[in-house]
Amino acid sequence: MEKRRDILNETWHFYKRTLTLVVTGSKLYYAWCLSLVAIIIIGLLFYMKQHETGLIATNMNDQVSWGLYIANFTYLVGAAAAAVLLVIPSYVYHFKPIKEIVVLGELFAASSIVMAILFVMVDLGRLDRFWHMLPVLGWMNFPQSLLAWDVLALNGYLFLNLLIPIYLLVKFYYRKNPNWKFILPFILLSIPMAVAIHTVTAFLYNGLPARPFWNASILAPRFLASAFCSGPAIIIIIFQIIRKVSIHHIEIEDEALFKISELIAYAMFLNLFLLSAELFKEYYSQTVHIASFKYLFEGLHGHNQLVPWIWAAMTMNVIAFFIFLIPQTRKRLTTLNLGCLLVIIGVWIEKGPGFVIPGFVPDPLGEIFEYLPNLLELTVSFGIWATGLLIFTLLMKVAIPIETGAFTHTEYEKGIAAFRSR
Amino acid sequence: MAGLYIPLFSSCSREEAEDFLQKHFREMTADEKKQVIAKLEQRYLQKYGRKFRISTQDAVPDTLWAYGLELSRCIGCRRCVYACVKENNQSRHDPQLQWIRVLRLKRGNLINLEDSEHYYDPDLVPEKGFVYLPVQCQQCQNPPCVKVCPVHATWQEPDGIVVVDYNWCIGCRYCIAACPYKGRVFNWAEPNIPREEINPSVHYLGNRPRMKCAVEKCTFCIQRVRQGRYPACVEACPTGTRKFGNLLDPNSEMRYIIDRKRVFRLKEDLGTEPKFYYFFEA
Repeated sequence: MEKRRDILNETWHFYKRTLTLVVTGSKLYYAWCLSLVAIIIIGLLFYMKQHETGLIATNMNDQVSWGLYIANFTYLVGAAAAAVLLVIPSYVYHFKPIKEIVVLGELFAASSIVMAILFVMVDLGRLDRFWHMLPVLGWMNFPQSLLAWDVLALNGYLFLNLLIPIYLLVKFYYRKNPNWKFILPFILLSIPMAVAIHTVTAFLYNGLPARPFWNASILAPRFLASAFCSGPAIIIIIFQIIRKVSIHHIEIEDEALFKISELIAYAMFLNLFLLSAELFKEYYSQTVHIASFKYLFEGLHGHNQLVPWIWAAMTMNVIAFFIFLIPQTRKRLTTLNLGCLLVIIGVWIEKGPGFVIPGFVPDPLGEIFEYLPNLLELTVSFGIWATGLLIFTLLMKVAIPIETGAFTHTEYEKGIAAFRSR
Repeated sequence: MAGLYIPLFSSCSREEAEDFLQKHFREMTADEKKQVIAKLEQRYLQKYGRKFRISTQDAVPDTLWAYGLELSRCIGCRRCVYACVKENNQSRHDPQLQWIRVLRLKRGNLINLEDSEHYYDPDLVPEKGFVYLPVQCQQCQNPPCVKVCPVHATWQEPDGIVVVDYNWCIGCRYCIAACPYKGRVFNWAEPNIPREEINPSVHYLGNRPRMKCAVEKCTFCIQRVRQGRYPACVEACPTGTRKFGNLLDPNSEMRYIIDRKRVFRLKEDLGTEPKFYYFFEA
C-alpha cells in the first residue's frame, strides 16, 4: 500500500515538475511559444471557416482535387521517416556522437507525424465522419485501400517514436538503466517502419493507373531518397538552434552533424539519379504519359505556373548536392547550413506541390486547370506547421534538461531530503 | 478524437447527433433503413416543400446493366447533361456539378483527350470538323474507385452499378484521384437546387439530395432502371445516340449492339472493364 502510494506520488511529482519546466523559461522562449500560438489560432480560425462553408473555401476543385494540404502531408511523412538515419548509426552501429542526440531526432519524427496527420484531417471534407476510418468502430477498407494502410502505418510509427524516446528519457530521469530487452525490439522495429510509412505513402499515389505521372514504379525509391535528404537537413538546422538557445549545455558535436550531412550527400545523389532515370524514360519515349512532366518542367499548352518553381528546386538540389559532396564545404557550418536550407526548400517544392499538382494536370479527360493555393489554405498550413513546431519545442524543453542531467529525480529527492531535515 | 469533438461544439442538435451516429447503409437492418428514410423524407419536406418518395429498392435479380453510345450519331447538344442534372438533383451553382461531360474533339483524333475541348459553346451544333465524345461514370466491373475508398463508402451493387453511401463518405477524394474517367464529382459546398426544380422521386443510393463535402457520381439512374425505365440521358437524347440494356439478357438491346456493332471501351488498357460501350454505325 505504502509503496503504491509512493509510486503514485512520484509520478505525480514528475508530471508536476514537467509542467513547471514547460511553463517557465526565458523571454525568448515565451516570445517564440506565444508567436506560435498566435499563428495556430489564426490557422484555426481560417479552418473553422473552411469547416463551415466546405472545401469550396479552398482553391481545389474537381480537376485538381488535392492541393497544398496533401503536398505538405507527403513532405512531412518523408521528414518523419528520416529519423531512421539517426537510429541506425546510433543503436545499430553505436556511433557515439549521434547516440547522444538520437532521442531528439525521434521526437522530431513524432512531431512531423502529428503534422502529417493534421494535414490529412484538414483535407477531409467530413471530419465529423473521421471515425468511419477507425478499426472496429468504423469500417476500414483494409487491406484494399492504401489510405487505410497509411492510417495504420502512420499511427504505428507515431506510437513507436513516442514510446522509445519517452521510455528512455523517463529511465534517464530516474537515473536507471533502460531495460534493453524491452525497448530494443521497438527500436529495431522503428527502422523498417520508417521505410514503411514512406513506401506506403508513395504506394498511395503509385497504385493509380488513372494518373500516369504517379503510376511509375520508381516512385517509392524516389520518395525515400528525397526524404533522406530533407529530413536530416531539417534535423541539422534544428540541432544547431537547440545548441545555441538551450541554457543547458547539450552535447551536440559538430562531428554528428557532419556525419548526418555525409548521409545527405549519398541520399541526394540517389535522388538526382532516380529523377534523371525517370526523366530519360519519359522524354526519350515521348508517350502520352509525358504530358504531366511537360506541364511541370516546360509548361503545357501555355500553362506554365509550376515551371519556375521546379527549376528553382532542381537548381537548389544540385547546388546542395555539391555542398554536401565536397568535404570542405560539408564541414564548414556556414556552407553546411546553406546546403541544408537549399535541400529543405528544394525537396519541399519537388516532393510537395511539384509532385502532387502535376498528377492532376492534365486531368484524366485532358483538361488543364492551373491550381494555386489561396490565402486560407496557406494560413491553415502555417497553423499546422506552427502546431508541430510548438509540440517539438515543448518536448525539447523537457527532453534536453533530462539528457543533460539538469532535470533528474535525484535532484528532486535532494530537495525533499533538505526539506525533511529542516 | 477531433472527429468526436467537432459535432459537439458546432450546435449539437438532435438531428446532427443522429446523422453523426448513422450506420453504413449496408449494415442497417430493414427497420433502421425505414427510420432513416422517414427522417430524410421529413427533412426534405421541410427544406424543399415537397413530399419525397425515397426508394431503397434492391437490384433486380439477373441484371447487369450496360450502356451503349453511338459516336457517329452524337451532335454534342448536351441535352443529356441537362436532363441528368435535373433528374439527379445535382447542385446548380457553387458548385455546379454535372455527371456527364461532352468532349469536343478535332476530327482525326479520338484517344488523345488532351486536345479535347470541354467548354465549347457555339450557336449551333454539330460543328464542322469536330466529333463529340460524351463521358460519364463507366460503371467499371473492376472499379478503381471502390478499391481505394478507405471506408467502404462506395461499392458495386449486384446489378453492376457503383453507388455511394453519401452519409458514410468522409470526403477524402481518393476515389476522384483514382478514376480514369473523371466519373466522380465533389460537393465542395452545400448543394444549391432551386425548390421548384427538385425531383422528389429518388433512390437512397442515387439521386436523393446530397450534402456538403461528399462525393457523387452517375448511377445509371438507379431510381429509374430498377423500375424498368431508361436512364434520363437515354430518354433525353434527340438523336438516339444512347442505348441501355441488361448484359445478362440475350435479347437485350445491349447484347444486340455488342454482337453486331464494332464496340470499344475508353481506356480499355487500364483493365477497369467498363460496362459503357462506344460504337459506330457499320
